[in-house]
Amino acid sequence: MNASTRFKLSPVVMPEQDPAERVHNVREVPLGFTPEMALHEAQRCLHCTNQPCVEGCPVGVRIPEFIQAIESGDYLAGIGIIKQTNLLPAVCGRVCPQEEQCQKNCTVGKAHRDVGQAVQIGQLERFLADWERENHAAVIPQIPFASGRRVAVIGSGPAGLTVAGDLIKLGHAVTVFEALHMPGGVLGYGIPEFRLPKEIVYAEVAYLTRLGVDFQYNMVIGKSLGVDEVRQSYDAVFIGSGAGLPNFLGIPGESLLGVYSANEYLTRANLMHAYNENSDTPILRGKSVEVLGGGNVAMDSARTALRLGALRAIVLYRRSEEEMPARKEEYHHAVQEGVEFHFLQNPVKILGNREGWVTGLTVQKMQLGEPDASGRRRPLPIAGQTSNVPADVVVVAIGNNPNPLIPAALPSLQMNRHGGIVTDENTMETSVPGVFAGGDIVLGAATVILAMGQGRKAARAIHALLTRTTETAKG
Amino acid sequence: MNTIRKREELGRNVVRYVVDAPLVATHRKPGQFVIIRVTDHGERIPLTIADANPEMGTISLIVQSVGKTTREMTMLRPGNAIHDIVGPLGRPTHIQRFGTVLCVGGGIGIAPLYPIAKGMKEARNRVITILGARTHDLLILEDDMRNVSDELIVTTDDGSYGTKGLVTDAIRFLVNGGNHIDQAIVIGPPLMMKFTSLLTKELGIPTMASLNPIMIDGTGMCGGCRVTVGGEIKFACVDGPEFDAHEVDWDSMIRRLGTYCTAEQVAADRYDHECHVGLDAGESR
Repeated sequence: MNASTRFKLSPVVMPEQDPAERVHNVREVPLGFTPEMALHEAQRCLHCTNQPCVEGCPVGVRIPEFIQAIESGDYLAGIGIIKQTNLLPAVCGRVCPQEEQCQKNCTVGKAHRDVGQAVQIGQLERFLADWERENHAAVIPQIPFASGRRVAVIGSGPAGLTVAGDLIKLGHAVTVFEALHMPGGVLGYGIPEFRLPKEIVYAEVAYLTRLGVDFQYNMVIGKSLGVDEVRQSYDAVFIGSGAGLPNFLGIPGESLLGVYSANEYLTRANLMHAYNENSDTPILRGKSVEVLGGGNVAMDSARTALRLGALRAIVLYRRSEEEMPARKEEYHHAVQEGVEFHFLQNPVKILGNREGWVTGLTVQKMQLGEPDASGRRRPLPIAGQTSNVPADVVVVAIGNNPNPLIPAALPSLQMNRHGGIVTDENTMETSVPGVFAGGDIVLGAATVILAMGQGRKAARAIHALLTRTTETAKG
Repeated sequence: MNTIRKREELGRNVVRYVVDAPLVATHRKPGQFVIIRVTDHGERIPLTIADANPEMGTISLIVQSVGKTTREMTMLRPGNAIHDIVGPLGRPTHIQRFGTVLCVGGGIGIAPLYPIAKGMKEARNRVITILGARTHDLLILEDDMRNVSDELIVTTDDGSYGTKGLVTDAIRFLVNGGNHIDQAIVIGPPLMMKFTSLLTKELGIPTMASLNPIMIDGTGMCGGCRVTVGGEIKFACVDGPEFDAHEVDWDSMIRRLGTYCTAEQVAADRYDHECHVGLDAGESR
C-alpha cells in the first residue's frame, strides 16, 4: 500500500459502551479494537523514516515496527517489540496522554493539522497487549544468569514495576515492598476500574512474579522496616513511593461530613470496591456531587460519582475549558456521561448544616487575566459575584504532593521545596549513594509514562552500579 | 496472613488476641497502631497495638465488637488468621521523664494506654492512672495497668465498681488533693477525651490525646483521617495519632467519626448489633 492510499484512510472509531448504559456499571468504556479495526488503523501508519512518534515517547517504544507487525498479523512479534521498552503496554495504551506524546508528533495528524487524525498508537498498543493477555501468550524471557545482587523497590506503582521488570530481566534479585494490600499504587487505588480494569494491573504483576520478582505487601518502608535496614540488606534501593499526600484548599468547611479528597473517594470506590453495594467499605453516595479541580482525577471522581448513583455530578473549575488540564478524551467521556462543567468558578467556602453535613458551596465567579507562571491565564475574582450551589458530597481534586513517609525516615535525602526527592536527571540517583528514586515521589503528581521513563533510567543506572561493583569485587 | 496464637475475653464483647506479626513486633513503639483487614474482602480498620513480644514475633490487639468488621474479628479463634496487618503506623508517643504523668483511659482506650503507661513508668515517671468504664464488666486491663502505675483509680458511671462518677471527677479529686501533674495523656471514647481535655486545660495540665479517626491506608494517602489541630489540618495517620489535646477541634473530630453511622448500622444489623460510632468509636481501638 502506498503512502497516499494510507494517508486517505480515515481513523477507526473506537467502539464504546453507550453513555446511558455505562454510568450504571464500572466496566471499561472503550471496548477495544477488533483485529479488522487494528489492521485498518495500522495501515494508516506512513512508516516515516525519521520516526517522530518514537521521539515523543518517554520510553522510546519502537512504534512503527510494532504497527508493521500488526499489519503483517504477527501479534506476538508486535507485543515483543513493545515489551522491549515498555513493560506495561496494557496500562499505557489506556492511560498515557498519547495526544501530547507520540500521537502529537505523528506525521498523519500533522498533515491534517489535527492531532485527532493521528494514527491511534495508544489503541494499537492496547490491542496487542490485550491480545497477549487474553491468549495467555506472554513469553517468559530467558534470564541470562543470576548476578547475586539484590535490589529493593519501594512502591509497586508504574515506576517501581518498571524498575522491577527491567532489573529482574538483567539477572538481579528484586523485592518490591508495597504499603497497601494490593499492587499497582495509583493504578490500583486511583485510576477507576472503568478506565483501567484492575484485572489488567494484576495480570502485569503476575507476569513479573513469574519472572521471579518477590512482591511483599503490607510493608510500609520507614515503619515496618527502616530505610537503613533495607539499605543494609540490599545492594541498591529504588524509591517509587508516589504522590500520595492529597492537597486541600484551605477553605472553611473542609472537615464537614461528605467532603472527600479525591484519593479517599477513589480509593474507597476502586481499591476497596465500595462501588459494590455489598462491600464492607462504605462510601457516601451523594445525590449531588461537586468535584473541585480540572484534571484527570477530577474527571475520574465525577464519573465515579455518577456510577455511585449521583443525579448530578458537577466539576467546578476556576479557569476556563481552555486551560483545563484533563485529557480531552476524559473530558469528552465525562461530558457524554452527563457530568456538568461549571467553569470560572472558584469555591471559597463549603457549607454545612448543624449536624456537620455538607449542604453546598459558596463559589466566586472568576475571569481570566494575564498569563501566570504556568503560562495559563490567571483566574481573577469578579467582585461581588458569589453564589451558593447545593451539594451533599464534595470531592477535592486539586492535586497531590509527594508522600512524606520515606523522606521523614531517611533525613539525609535531599528534597526540593515541593517535597519531592532530588535526583540526578540521568541516573535518578538521590543524594544518598545507592538509593535511587523516580515517579511521582520525584515529579509530584505526573503521568504513568513519565514515572515509567524515570524507572527505566534508574534501572539502567542501578544495573551499571551493580555490575561495576561486581567487577570491582572480582578484580 | 497473620495467625492468631491466643484469644482471651477481657470483658463484655472485648477480646485480646496475640497474633503473629514479626516485623511489627520488633519495630513498634508505644502509641503506634496497625491497620488490619480481617478477610480478603474486608474493610481496612486501625487498631492500636496493645503490647508486643519481639522474641515470639507476636503483637497483642484488643478489639471490641461494635460493627461488622470488629464483630467478624471477634469470631476468630486461635489457629485462624487475620488476612492483613500493616504497621506499625503513626508516630510513637513522646516518652521522657516528665515527673508525674497522669494516664487517663476509658473503655477500650485502655488498651493503647497500657504500653504508654508502661513506657512512662520505665522512664522513671510517677504514674497515676485513672480508668473509666460505663459499668464494671466493661473495664479491661485493670491488673496490667495497676502493675505499671504508682496509683490507680477506677471510676464507673453506674458505681458498680470503684468510685461512682466520671474520670473528670477523679482528676479534680486528685488535683484538689494536692497532686501536681506534669503531663497527662488521655485515650478513650472521644467525648471522654473532649471533656478530660477541657478540664486539664482549665487546670493547666499539658495533655496529649491519641485520636482514632476513620482511616483507610494509614500512610497519608487518603486524607480521610484529617483532624483540625490548632486551626490546621493534620493527618492522624502520619502526623499523629497523638496531638496536643488542648488544640484539637473535638466537635469536628467527633462528628467525622459518625460519617458512616448509617452504613455501619445497615452492615451491623446483619449481625443484630447497634452502631456505637458516634459515642464509642474509641472503643474500636
